[in-house]
Amino acid sequence: MISCNLNTYLIIAVFMLCLGLYGMMQHRSMIGMLISIELILNGAGLNFMAFNRFLAPDPVVGQIFTLFIMGLAAAEAAIAVSLIFAVYRKYQTADPEQISDLRG
Amino acid sequence: MAYGTLTEICFYLFIIMIVFGALVAVTSQILMKAVMGLALAMFGTSGLYLFLNSPFLALMQILIYVGAVCIMIVFGIMVGYTPRELAAQAIKPKNTLLALLTSLLTLGVLELGLSRTQWVQAIGAGAGDFSLAALGEALMTRYGLAFELISVVLMIAMVGTVAITWNGKRRGLK
Repeated sequence: MISCNLNTYLIIAVFMLCLGLYGMMQHRSMIGMLISIELILNGAGLNFMAFNRFLAPDPVVGQIFTLFIMGLAAAEAAIAVSLIFAVYRKYQTADPEQISDLRG
Repeated sequence: MAYGTLTEICFYLFIIMIVFGALVAVTSQILMKAVMGLALAMFGTSGLYLFLNSPFLALMQILIYVGAVCIMIVFGIMVGYTPRELAAQAIKPKNTLLALLTSLLTLGVLELGLSRTQWVQAIGAGAGDFSLAALGEALMTRYGLAFELISVVLMIAMVGTVAITWNGKRRGLK
């Protein structure tokens, strides 16, 4: 049974990580990059759950870790969206290649 | 027998949801479509959590990722700016090539490592208590400090979000 095999889950998680990496470098907008980050975090959570189910002695630990990853992802998305608003107000653009000047 | 076949079909369905959703999320230049793809991939992942013996995490996945994160990104798209101008600009072929190269290289290295590793089970693996009661008890006792810390992080994130956007607004009005 393919659903009882650890490697299946790990391959799906690796697939999500690599697609997220590709999207991070290829997207032309900051929101697109945020979506790719969520994909990567999701892959990490799936990895934890798979190891938790098949290898770990205590099944509570992995579930709690995945819950914390979800909470951190929600906090990160909120901060990122508000930062995108602030940057858009200041520069009047959301193109990450044009937001390149720093000032002390 | 029939039950087992049905479960396998569901499993394949969830995998297809993840793969298709993630591909749409990454390749689509229209951001709204990308968010829909992300939500589809999250639904597929919550299905896999069901297969991993954890219905509570599956529900939380739908509630937090699909219900909160995706909706927040949708707000970001609708309030922030018009994405069509950006989408109209062509992506530089060099960028796409480099991104493809990096992700394929990562994929190859990780798959190679995966195929060569022999995982060793811990003693009593997969036999512990997967129930929600055990999870709640651990959250209140052993992992109580981590639970409090994540609440603090979430509160700081909320206050920070308000502070960042508020400051920008005041500056804009001046």
